[in-house]
Amino acid sequence: MELHDVWFILIAVLWIGYFFLEGFDFGIGILTKLLARGTTERRVLINTIGPVWDGNEVWLLTAGGATFAAFPDWYATLFSGFYIPLLVILVCLIVRGVAFEYRHKRDGERWQRNWEHAIFWTSLIPAFLWGVAFANIVAGVDIDQQKNYTGTLWDLLNPYALLGGLVTLFLFTFHGAVFAALKTVGDIRGRARATALQLGLATAVLALVFLIWTQADSGDGWSLAALVVAVLALVGALVANQLAREGWAFGLSGLTIVAAVAMLFLALFPDVMPSTLNPEWSLTVSNASSSLYTLKLMTIVAAIFTPIVLLYQAWTYWVFRKRIGVQHIPGHDPAAALDQS
Amino acid sequence: MDLAVAHETIARWQFGITTVYHYLFVPLTISLASIVAGLETAWVRTGKDKYFHATKFWGKLFLINIAMGVVTGIVQEFQFGMNWSDYSRFVGDVFGAPLAMEALIAFFFESTFIGLWIFGWDKLPKKLHAACMWMVAIGTALSAYFILAANSWMQHPVGYEVNPATGKAQLNDIARVLFQDTAVVVVLHTLTAAFLTGAAFVIGISSFHLWRAKRKPETADPKRTAVMRTSLRLGLVLAVIFGLGSALSGDELAKVMFRQQPMKMAAAEALWETQDPAPFSIFAVGNVNEGHNSVELEIPGILSFLANSNFSSPVPGINDTAAAEAAKYGGDPKDYIPNIFVTYWGFRLMIGFGMTSFVVGLLGLWTTRKRRFLAPEHRTADDEVPKLMLTPHRELGPFLTRWSWRIGIVTLGFPLIANSFGWIFTEMGRQPWAVFGLMKTADAVSPNVSVTTQVIALSTFTLLYAILAVVEVKLLVKYAKAGPDTAERPPAKDPTLGGPSSDEDADKPLAFAY
Ligand code: HDD
Ligand code: HEM
Ligand code: HEM
Repeated sequence: MELHDVWFILIAVLWIGYFFLEGFDFGIGILTKLLARGTTERRVLINTIGPVWDGNEVWLLTAGGATFAAFPDWYATLFSGFYIPLLVILVCLIVRGVAFEYRHKRDGERWQRNWEHAIFWTSLIPAFLWGVAFANIVAGVDIDQQKNYTGTLWDLLNPYALLGGLVTLFLFTFHGAVFAALKTVGDIRGRARATALQLGLATAVLALVFLIWTQADSGDGWSLAALVVAVLALVGALVANQLAREGWAFGLSGLTIVAAVAMLFLALFPDVMPSTLNPEWSLTVSNASSSLYTLKLMTIVAAIFTPIVLLYQAWTYWVFRKRIGVQHIPGHDPAAALDQS
Repeated sequence: MDLAVAHETIARWQFGITTVYHYLFVPLTISLASIVAGLETAWVRTGKDKYFHATKFWGKLFLINIAMGVVTGIVQEFQFGMNWSDYSRFVGDVFGAPLAMEALIAFFFESTFIGLWIFGWDKLPKKLHAACMWMVAIGTALSAYFILAANSWMQHPVGYEVNPATGKAQLNDIARVLFQDTAVVVVLHTLTAAFLTGAAFVIGISSFHLWRAKRKPETADPKRTAVMRTSLRLGLVLAVIFGLGSALSGDELAKVMFRQQPMKMAAAEALWETQDPAPFSIFAVGNVNEGHNSVELEIPGILSFLANSNFSSPVPGINDTAAAEAAKYGGDPKDYIPNIFVTYWGFRLMIGFGMTSFVVGLLGLWTTRKRRFLAPEHRTADDEVPKLMLTPHRELGPFLTRWSWRIGIVTLGFPLIANSFGWIFTEMGRQPWAVFGLMKTADAVSPNVSVTTQVIALSTFTLLYAILAVVEVKLLVKYAKAGPDTAERPPAKDPTLGGPSSDEDADKPLAFAY
């Protein structure tokens, strides 16, 4: 295995980490409308991810930065090619971050309701668009000899990609519901499990079609193995959810994401962005990668810092391990109450 | 305007707008993180209420600010690929490395520990909680370091070679990229400027509260006054230290730039012809087409000093430098002249706005000096508004007092303006180069992104950022005006790490919730 293969794996790991972690963040955001009854329950949900969502999002930034450093051409082709979807995702992530931080900073009902709408939509749209983007990467797009994307926005919205979008949307929402059951107490916890069951069944149907389609188009033995793991994990998550084993259910819904995303990367390898115009023009791990020096350097940096990051992020989850219920939601910030005066 | 030019122009506008906007939050984030960490440490060590309330108060403003810093940063991470794909292909091997290191080393650090700090008041022991804020502060400085090293490489590329087979820049010495003098001096200058920015912010808001307490003593809360008095002194001290620091580091940076980008510094001075010795121009209007100045006011010898530390050496002018660059890289000398109006005034406004806060700091420290330098009848207690004293026996008159407080308030944002102008000067002064001497900005843009797409993106970001600016400023003003909540009590007992899940705490409300 050469160093650029290692970096392909590392980038896959970063995206998997991102979808595992921000997956349930997005799910929680969507569930604020589907699951929560009333403002206090909505706040319960938001606070289950309060201390961690920002750290989760950095997995995306790191995936972006690492792609830039290890595969500059991949970074350039992908983000200039998928410009408009990426723009929409960026706008959503901006509004979403501000919504979490500012929603509780004023007491006005309209103010809070607007930010709550924002949290819902800005979680739902990226959850869908990431699936669209990845489906297109795997299936291949029109890339010319200069490695530039020459298709249009509409080419990206093909049936396979739209199905991919639905899969990530449902999978993340399911993952979020399982997370909500794990992190809450009281009435909402039971409802979270019930919602998780419905979402899980829908996810299973969509994911099965999408993954088999992927396997048929560009799969190999390895991707088939990942497919099987993903399906089994999803079934396991549903069973554990029914048995109210919430820790297991969460671990397994997470494993579903890990295996499904891994499958996409396995189907992709050794390309990083296949060209549908001419296979010769495809971006591959070798023709899109950085020099050996940079890859070596980045390997050392990653080897030192990734374990440290994992350690303190895990510690955060441990510090905030307690379940949250409506009784834990305090009244408002005194400064927020100032609006009335 | 023909399409190719429009293509480049829109991309530049977008980069300029989004980066300058990001940089409105960055200096405050960097400095307030340390200020809050320092105040919390003071509270942990002394147990004094005023430090606790000050920590909470400045902490809230810090959080409102960092939220915007974070979300606008996300755009930065991706727009090199979106709008500057040819640039990204050409330099990714070199430029991507510090960017990836920034994410892995700095962003994870900040974002994780900020979560612990916000939500951890009742979950972490006091000392550990304060340590979390120090971690955030270290993270912000690291973040600045890596991104500035990347930017310095664009200003002065080192530690690379151009691979003849691929025609791309390739890293061969990361230590030179991270530790070249451009990077080190830029980091010093930027960090000192960031602390000056935080200092002016703290001075402004403290002055607002103290001046209000002075005017309406009936509604004044002595505890709040104590918090603001301490904050004011802290702000003044920081303004003086870091004002001086940014001037010294700026002078050093100017010397580096005279060597590395003579054109930028000649443009900063609108120095058209080489002069020996060169004067420092205080006021001039450059005319690019005619190549000379129409109106000018200058001090002899100072520019030579700024460039070479002596008053009588030659400094190359714009025309000679442009001719030299044209001879070296080909083309017309005119192509190598950046926008003189912007660089010239950017440089002056940076120094002018920033140094005003330094002067405010000096005057403020003198007029509010410690009790033992004052006659007994003028001394004020820790929870009273200080009198502004000219001499140990003489207070400023009512007119000057009023204006002194007002100046403190009005100059609150001056260094922020200085920062924006400093960057606009730096980046526009580098033009026409994206990477100095290696890649022109015109060759850096994404060839496949249509002008329509660019216009959509530019208008989306501009509109969104404008709306968010209004929301953020309103919130900041509201929380700044509200002042510290002096009724708030610190968590009753110092939690132990095993604590939060113990039964006794089972139904206790969260110390902080969204
Ligand atoms: C409060 C803000 C502030 C203040 C008071 C100053 N600066 Fe500054 N300056 C900046 C804020 C700034 C900045 C925004 O932070 C810049 C932009 C790029 C950089 O490294 O720092 C900058 C850039 C910058 C550059 C260009 C560097 C480059 O091209 O990379 C020079 C030559 C100076 N400064 C020189 C000075 C001098 C001689 C000052 C004397 C008093 C001074 N600055 C005060
Ligand atoms: C945070 C402070 C910064 C500000 C305010 C700033 C501002 C600007 C502005 C105004 C432009 C447009 C220049 C023009 O129109 O001529 C620009 C261009 C650019 N800057 Fe910066 N910049 C900053 C830092 C950086 C950093 C840290 C980097 C690199 C990591 C960077 C990379 C670029 C690039 C790639 C361009 C586009 C190419 C060009 O026009 O030269 N900038 N920046
Ligand atoms: C144009 C180049 C730049 C890029 C690509 C960039 C990228 C980013 C990103 C992605 C974030 C969000 C991090 C998070 O989610 O936690 C961020 C925030 C921040 N950036 Fe920038 N930035 C740029 C310019 C700068 C400059 C010039 C500085 C400092 C001198 C700076 C310092 C910071 C700081 C202190 C924060 C806020 C704290 C935080 O990261 O959480 N950035 N930046």
